[in-house]
Amino acid sequence: MQVHQQTSEHSDAIDLMVNMGPQHPSTHGVFRLVIWVDGERIVRVEPHIGYLHRGSEKICESEQYNQIVTLFDRLDYVGNLNNELAFCLAVEKLTETVVPERAEYIRVILCELNRIASHMLFYGVYGLDAGATTPMLYGFRERERVQELFESVTGARMMHNYIRIGGVKEDVPADFEKNVRKLLDDLKQGVEECDSLLSQNEMFLARTKGVGVISGDEALDYGVTGPALRASGVVEDVRVTDPYSIYERFDFGIPVGSMGDCWDRYFVRVEEMRESIKIIEQALSELPKGEISAKVRRIVRPPAGDVFIRTESPRGDLGVYIVSDGSDKPYRVKVRPPSFANLQALEYMLKDTYIADAVLVLGSIDIIMGEVDR
Amino acid sequence: MTLTDHLIRAHHTIMTRRSNISSKSEAETSPTVEPLDQKGSDLLKNLKLTFAEYSETEVSVSLDMVVLRVEPERLVDVCELLKSNEKFLFNYLSCITVVDYEEQEELFEIVYHLVSIDYHHKLTMKVSLPSNSPVVPSIFKIWKSADWFEREAHDLFGIQFKGRENLPPLLLYEGFEGYPGRKSFPFHDYEEW
Repeated sequence: MQVHQQTSEHSDAIDLMVNMGPQHPSTHGVFRLVIWVDGERIVRVEPHIGYLHRGSEKICESEQYNQIVTLFDRLDYVGNLNNELAFCLAVEKLTETVVPERAEYIRVILCELNRIASHMLFYGVYGLDAGATTPMLYGFRERERVQELFESVTGARMMHNYIRIGGVKEDVPADFEKNVRKLLDDLKQGVEECDSLLSQNEMFLARTKGVGVISGDEALDYGVTGPALRASGVVEDVRVTDPYSIYERFDFGIPVGSMGDCWDRYFVRVEEMRESIKIIEQALSELPKGEISAKVRRIVRPPAGDVFIRTESPRGDLGVYIVSDGSDKPYRVKVRPPSFANLQALEYMLKDTYIADAVLVLGSIDIIMGEVDR
Repeated sequence: MTLTDHLIRAHHTIMTRRSNISSKSEAETSPTVEPLDQKGSDLLKNLKLTFAEYSETEVSVSLDMVVLRVEPERLVDVCELLKSNEKFLFNYLSCITVVDYEEQEELFEIVYHLVSIDYHHKLTMKVSLPSNSPVVPSIFKIWKSADWFEREAHDLFGIQFKGRENLPPLLLYEGFEGYPGRKSFPFHDYEEW
C-alpha cells in the first residue's frame, strides 16, 4: 500500500490518501480504490475501474451470434452459465425460437447449480476477507463438487459454451440425474456446515453487523440489484417479478434482509443457496425427455429490431440489449452487468466507516471485474 | 432476537403451477409474437394518456417492449415525471446504451431502460442525437445509477452530458484518444501504446 499525505481543508488534522489496489488480493480482481481517511475514518473514496476492459461489446459486433456465447462466458467468469443463458434468451426472443422443454429444464438446473457455486466462492472469499481461513476451504470444496459435475456435462470447468441459441449443446450424460441427486445431498450438508461455521461466529458478527449500511431506496437509486438489494429489504428477484425461461413453474422463496448491512448481504446469499437447491430438486423431478435443441439455422440471422432481456445472475440483474440489422452479426450488443451498477454504491456504503472495514464492505458486494470492465 | 429473525422470508408461490405448464405446451405448437402482457398494455395506455399533450414524445411497441421516444430538450422533464408520477414510479434505471447510426443516418441513439420495482413494468426510452454534436442532458440528478453509465457513454462514444462537463475517463486510461465504441473507430489498425 502506498500512502500519500495531503492537508485537509476542514481542520488542522491531516487527511491521508491510501491507495488500495489494483494489485491487492482483497480487491477481488484488478480494482483500484483510493481512500481518503481522517484518522481511521473514511472521508471519501474514489473507485477506479477499467483495468480489465477488453471491449467485449465491440468484439461482439464482429462475431456471428453463435460465436458470441463464448464471449459471454468471459464476462462474469464465476457465473458463466447464467451469462450464456442471458444472451441466448435475448437472441431467442428476437428470432422467436421456442426452446424444447428438456433444454429449458437442463438450463435451469445448471444455472441454479452455477448460482450455488458462485455463492460458495463468495462465502469462502468473504470469510477470508474477515480474517477467517477455514471458510475458504469449505466453500471451495463445495464449489469443486459443482464444477466436477459441470465438467461431466459440458466438458469444461469454467468456460462451458454449453447453452446455445435454441437449446443446449448436447444431451446430459446418462448418470446425470443420479449425479445431481448425489451432489444435492452433499451440497445440502455443505451449506449447513458453512452456515454453522461462520454465520453466527461472534467475531464475524462484530465485524459485519451494522457495517456498510445502505437503505433500500438508496440502493435502488444507485441501481444496486441482486442479493445486495434484497439485503436492504427490497423484494426484487427477476426470476419472480419478471420471470424468464421456466422459473414461474417452481416454488421457491426470496430471502430478504432487514438491515442492509454486510451481514445481511452475506446471509441472503447463504439462504439463496438453500432456495436454489429447492429449485433444482423440483426441476430434476420434472425433467422431461425429448429434444435438447430447437431447429435453428447454423448461421442465425434474426430479423431487424432490438430486444432487451433481464435475467437474475448470481450478482443481480443481468441485462442484455441486442440491436439487429438483419445480418448474421449483431449491430450492437450491450451488457448491463450487475456488478458494475452495484459497485457504484460502494462510495455511499463506505462513507464514515472505518478503514479496516473497507475490505469487508467491498467483499460484501461480491464484484467480478470481468463483467465490470467488460 | 435470534439471528434468523433478521430474515423476512417472503415466500412466493405460484398457485397455478400445473395449469401454467399445460398452457405453455399448447403455445409451443404455434409460435407467435409475444404480445404485450397486461402490465405492458396498462403502461402503454397510461403513457399515451399522459404524453398526449407532449408533441415531442412518441409512444410505440416493439416486440414486448414499450418504447417512448423523447426529444433531448424534454428528457429531464419526462424523466422526472416518469419517476415521480404515481402511475409509473420508475424508481430504477437499469441501463443506458448508445447505438451508433453515424454512417447511415448521422445520429446516435441513446437508449434508457427503466424498471418500476413497485409495478414490475419496464420501459425503453430512446433519444436521438445528431452525430456532429452529441449533447444530451444528464439524468444523474434523477437516478444516481446513471453516473457510471453516462461516464461509460462519454468514454466509448464521446457523448457529452449537459451538466456534467469534464468527466474523467472510467473504462479507458488517462489520455486515450478517440472513441473506441463507435463504428468508425478502427478495429485493428491503431497503435496501442
